[in-house]
Order: sequence, then structure tokens, then C-alpha cells
Amino acid sequence: MKEVRLIKAAPAFTEVITLSAKKPFRVNQLIEKNIKWLFPLPTGLFIFLMMIFPVLYTFYVSLTDWDMISGGRISFIGLDNYVNLLKEPRFFNSIKLTLYFTIMAVGIEVVLGVAIALILNRDFRGKNLVKLILLLPMVATPVAIGLAWTLFYEPTIGLGNYALKLLGLPASQWLGSSKMVIPSLALVDIWEWTPMITLIVLAGLASLPQEAFEAALVDGATPLQIIRDVTLPLLRPTILIALVLRCIDALKTFDIIYVMTTGGPGFASETLNIYAYNLSFNYFRFGAASAALVALFTLVLACNLLVLWMRKTYEL
Amino acid sequence: MISKKRLSRGMFLTIFILSLMAIIAISIGAAPKQVTLRFVAANHPYTDVIKPLIPEFEKKTGMKVNVENYEENQLTQKLTVEFTSRASTVDVFMTRPLQEGRLFYKNGWYHKLNQYLPAAGWDWADYPKSIVEAVTLNREVYAIPIVTEWKTLFYRKDLFAAANLKVPTTLEELEAAAKKLHNPEKDMYGIVSRGQRGAAVTQFSSYLYSFGGDFIKDGKCVIDSPEAVEAFKYYGRLLHDYGPPGVTNMSWPQAQALFASGKVAMWTDASVLIAGIIDPGKSVVADQVGVAIFPAGPAGARPFQVVPWSVAVAAQSRQKDAALEFLKWATSKQVAKTAQLNGLTMARTSVWNDPEIVKQLYPGLAESANLTGPIAVPYDRPLMTAVGEARDAIGEVIVKAIETGGQADIASLAKIAAGKVDVLLVRAGEGPN
Repeated sequence: MKEVRLIKAAPAFTEVITLSAKKPFRVNQLIEKNIKWLFPLPTGLFIFLMMIFPVLYTFYVSLTDWDMISGGRISFIGLDNYVNLLKEPRFFNSIKLTLYFTIMAVGIEVVLGVAIALILNRDFRGKNLVKLILLLPMVATPVAIGLAWTLFYEPTIGLGNYALKLLGLPASQWLGSSKMVIPSLALVDIWEWTPMITLIVLAGLASLPQEAFEAALVDGATPLQIIRDVTLPLLRPTILIALVLRCIDALKTFDIIYVMTTGGPGFASETLNIYAYNLSFNYFRFGAASAALVALFTLVLACNLLVLWMRKTYEL
Repeated sequence: MISKKRLSRGMFLTIFILSLMAIIAISIGAAPKQVTLRFVAANHPYTDVIKPLIPEFEKKTGMKVNVENYEENQLTQKLTVEFTSRASTVDVFMTRPLQEGRLFYKNGWYHKLNQYLPAAGWDWADYPKSIVEAVTLNREVYAIPIVTEWKTLFYRKDLFAAANLKVPTTLEELEAAAKKLHNPEKDMYGIVSRGQRGAAVTQFSSYLYSFGGDFIKDGKCVIDSPEAVEAFKYYGRLLHDYGPPGVTNMSWPQAQALFASGKVAMWTDASVLIAGIIDPGKSVVADQVGVAIFPAGPAGARPFQVVPWSVAVAAQSRQKDAALEFLKWATSKQVAKTAQLNGLTMARTSVWNDPEIVKQLYPGLAESANLTGPIAVPYDRPLMTAVGEARDAIGEVIVKAIETGGQADIASLAKIAAGKVDVLLVRAGEGPN
């Protein structure tokens, strides 16, 4: 009999709830009791399956010797992958390059982005058009951007050297030289992502309280003093958010580097992400690749914790 | 009341299930038993040739063939990921015996083909022995060869005539010619060859062999031998002194583009790449391309000749009979002939003896094939499972050699690279016995 009743109650969820108030069935009771768990369940499941599980699984794989070279057998080897990474010069090289790229690209992006935002923060005709144009590099596909810039950097037939020649400067090897390759890649990143910082800062500027500016004007502050002593301090939280967002992205940059150099010449632009990619999809050493990715995860996390800690400590 | 409701619900359920079963039965019965094959191919001229022919095959057999194609490294990755997940729906695929043959064989991803080889009409004897060896491991044939390619020297006839140079037959003459034709002020570079880390290794191989070096000997990597070190130095000097800027980022597409735009006088790479420089739509020097055999080094001329591509049936395929039928057709004499007439260099012997075909080949190409055949080395990269990683290790030495013009301490760098390759050999169970 119980089963029949269940079927009867099943069709609508609302009915279940109202019914359960009068005739407490076991299942309905269960649902009612745990309603606070039940409603977020789909979201929780999604987050677990799509976000937490992959991270945990990567961590698990990093503790195994899974590779295709030895025929796909998997055995648990503890921290061996990490120990091997610490012996590998390419790993340290890739960390160095990742930090070099990120600091150079994000540093310049923040300075330029804030400067452009301050310039644009006034009313003039075509302001919206300028904002639209600023959006363009961000919406373009990174692979297309990479290919276009590769042509630009081509030492023999590219526009880059042609432009240098017009300016009377010596030609550069751009992506072809181990010294120039990271700055060249950073330039692409700067071109692509400075507008994002500009837009974030513009939004921040629009929400600043006007009283402070008025007070400064009444006190006779020069425009430069206003920017230095009023605008920038008020903007700090906004800039910090932009900085954190860009740092996370820049540390993980993959597409433009892969398209433009695949980590070359030699290993001169092999960042941590590219190194992990090579380990997994060129060498088929999934265990080692996972260890490198856990390292990248830690690096990204550490960098952002550092920024947040600095904010708290120095009350930026 | 309850029992009536119960009845009607039961009736409804029965009718529903019955009709569902009927629909399924009808759809199974009515649908023609059409087999749909999934063919995963590479971006290669062979794919371009075979694609328009597939409707013919579909008409003849009533099967449907879906073709996907990928860039070569992405193809390897795609297949590896699919096969590893054990949920692959790939039936037939293109594969590179030298690059991934051992890896795929070891993981059991190829369907072994020995029992089908004597099939009527396939004419397995049409393949030269060395080519059959390229797709055989432990006496098991795992793929059918499609094309061959060999190391060639492409040169600009007009520039050679203007400079009164004859085609180099030794590496010394090659360097001298490169020096003479190198004129960076006028955007003209003496010679180009691959300089990009991993990609360079296959093209460096002929230089290595011609200096008397090799990749592996008795399960040990020997790229630190004195001969190999000389080869690294020569290759580095050649491309540093007379190569285009940015050569350390160049694989074949970049080198081909540079030659086709008339910026370099010579190019050493695989024969198959001739297509892009004799096509007037792509090349401004299409009518000036000369083809020559790779020059001799201290150990003679030892260009590679390899089977870069073959076709295989996936061990995970659930429709192997259909897949085999497609394989037989795709590697048939008729298809090979069409491909050869379209400028490919096929693996079958018969296409090279067909006067109709020989007549249409680019001048010098057949000659260079005939001259290369007897002296060729049948591999252009180390024969091992972990090829990808080994290529990067060796490629690093090539890049350093080019960056420093061969002036760096190549011997030590080569020793480090050899050590890395040795580790890989041992790990895959391919080390010294």
C-alpha cells in the first residue's frame, strides 16, 4: 500500500510538500527535513563534478607514474614526480619565465590601463566609441591574435621590422631570439589586456564620491595633486581587483604562447603551462604533467594570497 | 476508487511501454543497415586527394564515411586521448609509424593486419621491403604505408645560373654556395632548414648521418659522438651564418613560405613539401625550383627516406570488417595512382614504374628518388617510444648550435641530451640489453 501512495504523491513536488504536512510519509519527511540541503544540491553537484573533482583528480594523478610510454600501467609512486620536477632545470626555467612574463605584462598593463582610464575619465564626444574600440582586442580570439602578431614579428617580411626601419632603429629578431621572445609575447598580452584594466578602472572612477574632489578643489589642489592624493588612493581597491584578475590570467597564459612560439626558440618561452602541456600531450607523461600543474595551481594561489595579504597588512 | 485508478494507471503504463517497444522495433527494422565509418586523418595532401574520391567508395559499398582532419601533432594528441579513454569511436586513422608507431603499438591501439594482407586485389607484394619494415613491429604489421618522403635539396635555378654556381654535391660545396648567395642587405638568405626545437630533428638527421653519426646504437643514444658533434656544429654554423633571421622558430611551414616568397636560395627538407613551392598560386619562384639529391658529407651522402604516413584500423573499432574494407580501398593501387598523379610520392612500387605517371612528375623528382633509394637511411628520428621527448632534448642542442653559430660547447650539450635520451630508452624498456 505504501508504494501506491507514493506514486500518487509523486507527480508534483509542491503537492508532496503540502501533502507531507498533513500525512507525514517517510520520504516526504526526509525531503522536508533536508530541504536546505536539497535545493543547493544541483549547484553543489555541479561544482563538485566540474571544479573540485578535476583538481582532486589532478592531484591524485600527480602521485602516480601514469604515462603512455610504458604501456599505460598506473601505480602509486608518492611524491616522486615532485622530486623529479625539482631536479629538472626545465621546470625552474619555466617558473622563472612564467614570473618574468607575468610581472612584465601585468606591471605595464596596470600602469598603462590606469593612465588611459584617467585620460578617458571626462566627458567628450565619442567617448562611447572609444570604449567600444577598447573592447576589440579583448573580444578577438587569442589564436587569431597570435597568428596576426606572428606575421607582424616575422623578421624578414613582417611589419615589426619595417616599422623599426622607418624609425631608424636596428631590426629585431623578435620571437626568434631567446632574449627578445618574452618581451615580445608580453607586448601582445599588454595590447590585448590593457583595455580590461582601463574599463575596470573607468567603472571604479565613475563610482567615486564627488565630495573629496570638491573639497580638494576648494583647497586649491592642482590637477596632479588631485590625481596623486585623491583619485589614486580612492581607486586602490579597484586597481587591486584588476591586478589580481590579470595576475591569475597572465600566470596561466597558454594560447598566444602556444600559437606563436610553442615555447621556443629552444625553451626560451616555455612557461609552466606550456611545460605541463608538453609533458602531457607531447610526451604523454600524465603523472609528471599533473605534478607540474599542481605547481602552477600553487603558484597562482600563492601570488594572489600575497597580493591580498599585502592589502591587509599595508592597508592599501 | 483506488482500484479503478490503479487499473487505469496500469493500463496506461502497459500501453505506453508497448508503444515504446513498437516504435523501437519499427525504427530498427525500417532503418537500412547503414554502416557509418569514422576516418580520422591528418592535414596532408593525401587527405586532400582522397576526400573527393570517398563518395565513389560510399556508392560502391553503401557505407557512409565521416572524415575529420587535424594538424599532425594535434592528430596524435586527439587519438591518444580518445584511445586512452577507451571510449573511442574511431574506426580508421592516419598514423605516423616513426613518431607514434611504437607508442600506439605498445598500448595495443592498432588492429593487427597480418591475416588480411594476402587478400586478393590488395597486392601486398607491391610494397618494397624497407617500406613494409617501417610499419612492422615484432613481425606484426600494424598499418598500411601511404606515402614516402626523402631528404631533398631545393634550390633556385635562376640564382645558381646568375652566380655561375653548380648544384652542390658535398656539404662543403653547400656551405660555399650558401655563403655566395647570402645577401641579407637585399633580403636574400643563403639557405634555410628547420631550426625549431623538436621539428628540426628530422631534417637535421640527414646531416647527422652524412657526418657519420647516428641517434641510437645498441640501445644507447650516441648523439654525443665526435661525428655527431661535428654535424651539430656544421648545421648551427650553416643556419647562423647564412640562414634567415628567426630560423630557430622555423618548422617547415615557415621555411616553405620563405622559399616560396623568393627570400632564400636553398632549402633542405622533405621531398613532399615541393608541392607548395612549385604551385604558381602559392610561390613567386614556382618556375625556378631545382630539385637535387642531398649533398655528401665526410661519411658520404646519407639522406633519409621514410614512410611518414600510413593508415591503420583502430583496435577499439566495433565495425572492423567495414573498417578493413575502407582501408583496402584507401590504400588500393587505383587510389595510389590518383594520388601520385596529384603530385604525391606514394609508397607502392607500381606507381613509380607506370610511364603515364613518371611522365607527369616534376623534373628531377623521380631522379632524386631513384638516386636516394639505394643509399637512404630508413628513419629520420630516433627509433624509440618516447620520440617526442627525445626530439625536444636533441632539438635543444640544435637550437643552441644555431644561436651560437656552432661556437657553444656543443660536446657537453650533446652529452647532456644523450643522457636524457638514455633515461627515456631505459624507462620504455628499450635500453642496452
